Amino acid sequence: MLGNAPLLEVEGLTKRFGGLVAVKDIGFSIRGGEILGLIGPNGSGKSTVMKLIMGIERPDAGAVRLDGADVAGWPTYRIARSGVGIVFQHSRPLNRQTVLENIKLALLPDSLFRLAAEAGVEDRAREIAERVGLRNVLGRRPPTLPFADLRRLEMAKALARDPKVVLVDEPFAGLTPGEMAAFAELIDGFRRDGRAVLLVDHNVKSVSRLVDRVLAMYLGERIAEGSASDVMQDPTVRRVYIGGAIETHARPEIAAQGEALLDLRDVEVFYGKAQALRQVSLHVGAGEFVSLVGLNGAGKTTLFNAISGLVPYAGEIRWQGRPLAGRSPAAIARAGIVQCPETRELFGDLTVRENLDLGGQHLAAAERERQRDWLIELFPVLGERARQAARTLSGGEQQMLAIARALMMQPKLLILDEPTLGLAPVILDHLSRALARLRETTDITVLLGEQNVTFALPHADRVYVIEHARIIWEGHPARFAEEMGTGYL
Amino acid sequence: MAALKKLSPVFVALVAIALVAGGSAPWWLGAYWLGIFTVAYYFGVFAMSWDLLFGYAGQVNFGPTFLIGLGAYGAGILNNQGLPLPLCIVCGALIAVAGGILLALPALRLQGPYFGIITLVAVLLLLDFIVIFAGVTGGEIGMMVPDVLSVSVGANYWYAFGFLVISAVILYTLSRSALGLILQATGQDRIEAEALGFNVTKHKLAAFSISALFSGLAGAMLTFYQGTASVDQMVDLSIAVQIIIAVVFGGRRTILGGILGAIFLVLFNELLRPLGQLNTFVVSGIALLVILFLPDGVLGYVLRPRESA
Repeated sequence: MLGNAPLLEVEGLTKRFGGLVAVKDIGFSIRGGEILGLIGPNGSGKSTVMKLIMGIERPDAGAVRLDGADVAGWPTYRIARSGVGIVFQHSRPLNRQTVLENIKLALLPDSLFRLAAEAGVEDRAREIAERVGLRNVLGRRPPTLPFADLRRLEMAKALARDPKVVLVDEPFAGLTPGEMAAFAELIDGFRRDGRAVLLVDHNVKSVSRLVDRVLAMYLGERIAEGSASDVMQDPTVRRVYIGGAIETHARPEIAAQGEALLDLRDVEVFYGKAQALRQVSLHVGAGEFVSLVGLNGAGKTTLFNAISGLVPYAGEIRWQGRPLAGRSPAAIARAGIVQCPETRELFGDLTVRENLDLGGQHLAAAERERQRDWLIELFPVLGERARQAARTLSGGEQQMLAIARALMMQPKLLILDEPTLGLAPVILDHLSRALARLRETTDITVLLGEQNVTFALPHADRVYVIEHARIIWEGHPARFAEEMGTGYL
Repeated sequence: MAALKKLSPVFVALVAIALVAGGSAPWWLGAYWLGIFTVAYYFGVFAMSWDLLFGYAGQVNFGPTFLIGLGAYGAGILNNQGLPLPLCIVCGALIAVAGGILLALPALRLQGPYFGIITLVAVLLLLDFIVIFAGVTGGEIGMMVPDVLSVSVGANYWYAFGFLVISAVILYTLSRSALGLILQATGQDRIEAEALGFNVTKHKLAAFSISALFSGLAGAMLTFYQGTASVDQMVDLSIAVQIIIAVVFGGRRTILGGILGAIFLVLFNELLRPLGQLNTFVVSGIALLVILFLPDGVLGYVLRPRESA
């Protein structure tokens, strides 16, 4: 039943958050029985597009046409009733009700006066459960279910409303390869039903076998559209994900030196039931610059949070020869491991100077001044903006401030998590030069997590590649291009 | 009935014992204790109404006494104007619903803690109002009403017990109905509930109105039981806190747990009266221990779901 008129048509969709244009003039259409992949790195605006379609956010401009009717700006529940279903990445089912009751909830009418479900609801719920593979756990309660079954339950709830259009957020996040195949089959089933499907994901790779077309976004704008292979070949897409030509400046002598400053063995992390890290082993020597590259969602931030003591883990993390297990995040930071998180976590209402001084709280006044002067030399723009509130800085300036604040703590190991997140290419050059100066003028040890390989490689002495929660490659940056270059995206 | 089969045998047994014991109390309990239980039963309705909002709709209403006070004073003022008692109770409840909707309509649009703060402010406003218009309301001393439900201790007990049972049946049925399920979904994840096509504001407003209706009814009836509407016993924030404690003690999201909590609070406050000042301290201490060690409350613990695959 492949109809010719598109079921979902998006046109000129635009959304601003304050000064930031999160989505700019995005348009696409999906026909029944068609799957469109919407991809982009973190911060590209793809999730916002999904929220705009669902009415969770209101668009500033543009149209969202469902079967011809413009629903842009409608409340979510009306859009849902008009035939849009969404499969959220994180599910929050009713924990005190059984799986069957959770599915029945989705089948209830939006009425205050129908106190009991209609006849037939029970059968319909069982039918849906059967289809998504929940038949054997109907009587169980969600807290006892494995992660994949919780995601199946989300699928079941979306399916229950018999939507014309299905939006799926990161369909494969946290799943094992076997489960991924089962979910791909389920999503393919949506296509066979004649529904229009929008898959939102970080990268083309994971959805390429499923989608008919792909739309790639970066910084709120469309950068490419076409078949999965076309988009993967697209020069702009490659520049966004991999960067341009790869340069390397490794210092081979450093890698060999002495015992590891930081040593991770078989680290595993679970978020509830989703496994975020599998048997990760990694080490960083004193004075070394190590880059950990991987696409968004691969596990970089989780790894850094485990090192900083922010998430519980199995396995061992040793710092200067002693295990870190059992130490509080504050004690770990005082021991010299300072993380500069991808979310930056600046104090927006405080000035640049105050943010820096907070980072240097533990230093004596004279020492603090010296450190601050050195950092302003490293990032001159922070000197010019010293009295401005941090929230008024541009994205690139905020990133520099975040790095500078972390350096105020005089770390032995600086962990930089995705510093290029959401930054325009010209800003990347500034940041890259600052990192180069940092590496040349100090003996600081750095662990850099990046998706942008071109940014990560020039500085690195050694590189790890992380994919789907495990380290899949380790080596010298010079070897990266030939061994990993094509398989990365 | 098919629905009855789903209830656990422990639960059915508990309810049966409670009904028999509560229903036969006037034949074996002294007048003094009957009076205590009468108050506890009204308190139980306060608690159940609050649990519908908090436990199901996920709305922390710090101002249950705003609704109770509207019912109590609304009914009392009308009674002083010469309206007959049954009409006063109905009008008091309707005033509580109207006031509740006026409060909830803007408040439900707010996200995060602001709903709770607005309900808190509403109580303070009502307190001020009662004091300022002391000529009509009696101010801090309280307002006498000409009529009472009954002069007989037994009859008053029956009224309270009957009202409690009817309220419990209605509120419990609602909580187990489709509405209860949708309310729980909206309380847990507003966006997901909307994405399933449910108008969250409509359902929350309905829950608030139902909560207001029963709070107002109970407030009005308590007024006509005691012969006075008083700030100390019906509007003060400390009463709101006790209602909250009663629900958490008895078991959030159980509706009936509120009755247990209310009886516990009222009864132990009375039993431990010889301790003097220590009395409240001990009762609060026990409640604290229960909350710490049985976070689902007493009834929540007894009825905790057991896994059946």
